[in-house]
Amino acid sequence: MIRELAPLDLYYLVLAVRWTVALTLLALAGGSIIGVFVAAGGAAHHALPRLLARSYVGLVQGIPLLAWLFIFYFGLSIVGYDLPPLIAATVGFSVYAGAFLGEIWRGALIAIPRTQWEAGTAIGLTYLEQLRHVIIPQAVRIAIPPTVGFLVQLIKNTSLAAVIGFVELTREGQMTTAATFQPFAVYLLVAALYFSLCYPLTRYSRILEGRRRVVR
Amino acid sequence: MSYTFQFRDVFAQRDAILDGLVVTLELSAVTITLGFVLGTLAAVVLVYGRPWARRIMRMYIEVIRNTPLIVQLFLIFFGLPGIGIRLDVMTASVLALTINLTAYTAEIVRAGFESVPKSQLEAGVSLGLTGPQIFRHVVLLPAIKAVYPSLTSQFVLLMLATSIVSQISAADLFHAGSIIQSRTFRDFEVYTVISLLYLSLTLLMRGGFSLLYHLLFRRP
Repeated sequence: MIRELAPLDLYYLVLAVRWTVALTLLALAGGSIIGVFVAAGGAAHHALPRLLARSYVGLVQGIPLLAWLFIFYFGLSIVGYDLPPLIAATVGFSVYAGAFLGEIWRGALIAIPRTQWEAGTAIGLTYLEQLRHVIIPQAVRIAIPPTVGFLVQLIKNTSLAAVIGFVELTREGQMTTAATFQPFAVYLLVAALYFSLCYPLTRYSRILEGRRRVVR
Repeated sequence: MSYTFQFRDVFAQRDAILDGLVVTLELSAVTITLGFVLGTLAAVVLVYGRPWARRIMRMYIEVIRNTPLIVQLFLIFFGLPGIGIRLDVMTASVLALTINLTAYTAEIVRAGFESVPKSQLEAGVSLGLTGPQIFRHVVLLPAIKAVYPSLTSQFVLLMLATSIVSQISAADLFHAGSIIQSRTFRDFEVYTVISLLYLSLTLLMRGGFSLLYHLLFRRP
């Protein structure tokens, strides 16, 4: 049944932002765990972990995110788990985020000069102590601006969870459109809501980037 | 787990897959060409334009880069008819993808322009080159060379992102996947095959672009 676009519809759209944010945070958490392994593997001295990390990144980045979502959505149900879309989406986005975060963090790790490691050895630190006190504090500063930048990509890409039926901002927009038949106004509002989430982060990432240049 | 994988039904539908593959290739080729040309022009405006033109270009880029492609596509395909502009599926797809890619390309090429040192321009002037000559030989080519890796990764990402047009029923590779899925109910197998095809396209594009790099920027 077609009805007017009511204030309540706008309210529901704003509320749906919660699920976009929730999915982003879940994917960020899952992606960080995978990303740490990808970064460590990619920066390792041995060839095997490097090969594994590179293959993982190449595989994830070589297939559309939409396809990953479908693979996990249908794939997990084959294995016998009848999972709600939130879980399938979280798994799919974590796999995706893990590859990108892993690449960003690997880049930060290998940007630290070898001499820093050697200095750690010279003052008698073990490998893990070198990582904790020498390498990671410096790498984090390099990694934070692009990580915040990637967060913007992640927020935008959670919109694809709509196609497997997870009700976040874009899906809510589709449902509101179906009820009110005001697609132009609704999608404009949806876009504005995404913009208000992403733009501050984009700015913040740029400020951090600028600050880092000044420090160095 | 008692599921048996059956790819036979999927391979029986290879004509549908091939048709979709062709559409994905066409869509990517057209969009990348348009996006590269328009994005470079946009970057020229960003760097050399008048302040008001720069400001408008900046706004366009920020709006596009901070909203999802699928929402941009829905706005163009489902939203525009509401204000009297009705586009067919392919036009809407090319339009949305081009508007999107142009914004990203402009940012990348702008960074390339800004990486050219001022002294290079002065060297061009003192060699007696004209403005357009300086732009072409001293600014454009070195700028593209400097940002070539980011530019081509963006193009690969665009090719993968064309899969999103399946959501407005454009007959691309991904859409072929959903059609075969509804015919065979072999969802997991279908999307595995489709994914491997996208992966091959990615590898082919990367290979092609690095070949192109050697052809374009090799020093005699």
